[in-house]
Amino acid sequence: MAATSTSIQRVRISDISPARKISTGVVEVLVALFIFAVFARTVSAGSITTFVMTPGGITTGQMGNWVIPSQLTLYLLAALSLVIGLFQLIRGFGKITNLMVGLVFLFFIFSFLTWQAADKSLNLAGMLSSAVQLAVPITMGSFSGILCERSGVVNIAIEGMMLMSAMVGALMGSLTHSAWLGLFFGVLSAVLLAALHAVLSIKYKIDQIISGTVINMFSAGMTAFLSQKFLQTRQELNNPAMFTRIEIPGLAEIPLIGPILFNTNFFVYLMFALLIILQVALFSTRWGLRVRSVGEHPKAADTLGINVIRTRYMSVLLGGMVAGMAGAFFTLGSVGRFEEGMTAGKGFIGLAAMIFGNYTPIGALGAGILFGFADSLGSKLSLLGSAIPSTLMSTAPYVITMIVLAGFVGKGHVPAADGVPYTKE
Amino acid sequence: MGKKDLEKQDIGKTILEELTGGEPKEKRQKRGIWKILQIPALAILTGLIIGAVLIMATSFDVYDAFKVSLWKGLGTAFAEVGEAYLALITGSLGNPVEIVQALLYGDALDFRNAINPILESLVQSTPYIFAGLACALGFRAGLFNIGVEGQLFIGAAAATFVGYSLTGLPPYIHMPLAFLAGALGGALWGMVPGLLKATTGGHEVINCIMMNYIAYRFTTFLLTGPMSRPGTGGMPVSPIIEKSAQIPQFFKTPIRFHLGFFIALAFAALVWWVLFKTTLGLNLRTVGTNPRAAKYAGMNIIATTIIGMAASGALAGMAGANEVLAVNRSMAIGLSAGYGFDSIALALLGNSHPVGVIFAALLFGVLKNGATKMMVVSTIPIDIVTILQAVILIFVAAPAIIRSVYRLKQPKVEAAAIMLSGWGGVK
Repeated sequence: MAATSTSIQRVRISDISPARKISTGVVEVLVALFIFAVFARTVSAGSITTFVMTPGGITTGQMGNWVIPSQLTLYLLAALSLVIGLFQLIRGFGKITNLMVGLVFLFFIFSFLTWQAADKSLNLAGMLSSAVQLAVPITMGSFSGILCERSGVVNIAIEGMMLMSAMVGALMGSLTHSAWLGLFFGVLSAVLLAALHAVLSIKYKIDQIISGTVINMFSAGMTAFLSQKFLQTRQELNNPAMFTRIEIPGLAEIPLIGPILFNTNFFVYLMFALLIILQVALFSTRWGLRVRSVGEHPKAADTLGINVIRTRYMSVLLGGMVAGMAGAFFTLGSVGRFEEGMTAGKGFIGLAAMIFGNYTPIGALGAGILFGFADSLGSKLSLLGSAIPSTLMSTAPYVITMIVLAGFVGKGHVPAADGVPYTKE
Repeated sequence: MGKKDLEKQDIGKTILEELTGGEPKEKRQKRGIWKILQIPALAILTGLIIGAVLIMATSFDVYDAFKVSLWKGLGTAFAEVGEAYLALITGSLGNPVEIVQALLYGDALDFRNAINPILESLVQSTPYIFAGLACALGFRAGLFNIGVEGQLFIGAAAATFVGYSLTGLPPYIHMPLAFLAGALGGALWGMVPGLLKATTGGHEVINCIMMNYIAYRFTTFLLTGPMSRPGTGGMPVSPIIEKSAQIPQFFKTPIRFHLGFFIALAFAALVWWVLFKTTLGLNLRTVGTNPRAAKYAGMNIIATTIIGMAASGALAGMAGANEVLAVNRSMAIGLSAGYGFDSIALALLGNSHPVGVIFAALLFGVLKNGATKMMVVSTIPIDIVTILQAVILIFVAAPAIIRSVYRLKQPKVEAAAIMLSGWGGVK
């Protein structure tokens, strides 16, 4: 039965409207022209771009610098984008359209970097490495969203759950001097908020977006309150034990990939573990089928004897758990201390990644890395002395989120009963 | 997609109800004033009780006193809460003893100082009225405008720019011009999510939140770059606006009570009139309650959605313009104290009705003004107000919880709950 439902879903994804086929193609051609006219034409013919291929401060898996002629590379990328765009206009890519859009986007970014770093040197590996790190909260946030929304509960409270978990993680991690206990209590706090969301939206049936907003508000207020009351006045309470870098022997020696994926933070491994678990659990187990059927057609699921309410509670609580892990990353895996409002909208960007990734874990990971990359652009480029002010550059992830939403929402597969409370008749 | 419930509703009946102004008359009269007020009032009371528990639970003095004895611990706990809430009340409403004394001796200056806390609460309420109206208008049109914060920043930036860059204009032209520039800035910023929702189906909540971050960073860029005040060394603050653009304050400087408060009331009346007495308002409300019915009635849903978001954004922009033109007289990056989230609470608390919003805004103004004073006498961070608001909001949004706590009877006619569309976009 699992197999049938996946095939149904495949049909839906490949079902792309003619208008969207054309508009996607036009955008891709425009990107090609932009690379050609703005980037390639303004670079002097003899320019050389140097990309450093080993992240700073890492000794495993070293790789030589990558030196490329700037203008030739830009012409090449423009041509490739043009080919993809024209093919999209004439034939269409069907179900891999999103993938091709992502590819053209990558070409665009790479062109931009080549253009910016002409006659300079840029640490590309460092950028990719920080993109993966920045993708962790976004991707895990969208995993949380997938769990909730596949069962039919809209959860915009992920941001608040992450913020709460970050604060509690920092506090408990400092008190117990253990990163693991910090993580445990952080996750617990997020699960409690998820339970509140579940009760408000499943039992009391209040609008799920309002419920989510209230939890975000509560979380922002509570973390700021406790942070000012304790964390800022007593520094020892805001100095948690952190998860350190873990080197996987052997794999860490692979050039480029090794340092980025196999000699990195615990949370990056956690993200990949969750990816596999979720992908298998949602699409190849009886439990996953039940969750999805509750999100698609709760009445039918109920008739077949599935407990709709219990399934939804379970999914929202699990979603809260994952959101808690994402939040703990901020204080226990990345920054090492709690700052007010430090999640900075990553939970919401995670929701956009979820939609872009078509409600599948693997898609969400791709989208999350894309957003993470956009995020790391700003900081790296300001180091290069870019002409674009860093305050404007830092709006990139938010602008991209909006573009993604405008282009993809409602076209992919949204669970049919998403956001609709279930009343048993 | 989804929302099967909406399909089932009798479309003709919905339109008829809209035309006749909601429920039949005799039913409305039965709901007395207490029936309307009991849920918000009990929600506020419960919120304050939970706030008190929080104050007790996070105080080291209380824990130290509990180590001595149970009674001492309880005494300290209640003393702390009492002191905090007393500071909250006298800080926001004034000290009655001082007011009476000033009245008896008839000294005008003393009297003004004695009632300054009340006037200051009104000053704090003014942006809340604008922001709450913005959100309420959105709710009525079925739009969740969580982008008030961003629209407010852009509105403030636009008003500031007009306020300092134009010189030599008479006040009766310059002031309204700057104010309208603020409204326009907010309207444009609010229109974008409306446009995206209407044309692509992108949900306004995520787009609004993204626009908030963009607005914040964009204004930081403006204030440190093109609009920065010369000689401040890169601090994000704008030049001081021209005298002619300022909204006048009524009294001398510590008292900041200004004309903007009455402008806010006037706009509340305007919003009421537009929503309930004009065709545009009928369109907005019908699209909000039942887009399907609106479609069959031949209403232009796309245009109405865009107008709704733009109007909502305009009101949010006015909140920003008001803060710059009447209170701060220049724009700094710390302009908004989270009006974006607060506006949602205001609209829900006021049942998305302009009159309700005014009362909710007065309450929030009092709370905020009082909490600032409370922070001075005790060590309680001002963020307790946000927590209180969130708790109050939970109870207002889910009245069933309040009813079960206070053993109230379930009303026969349940007021329609606010329901917004999911990710699927325009239905």
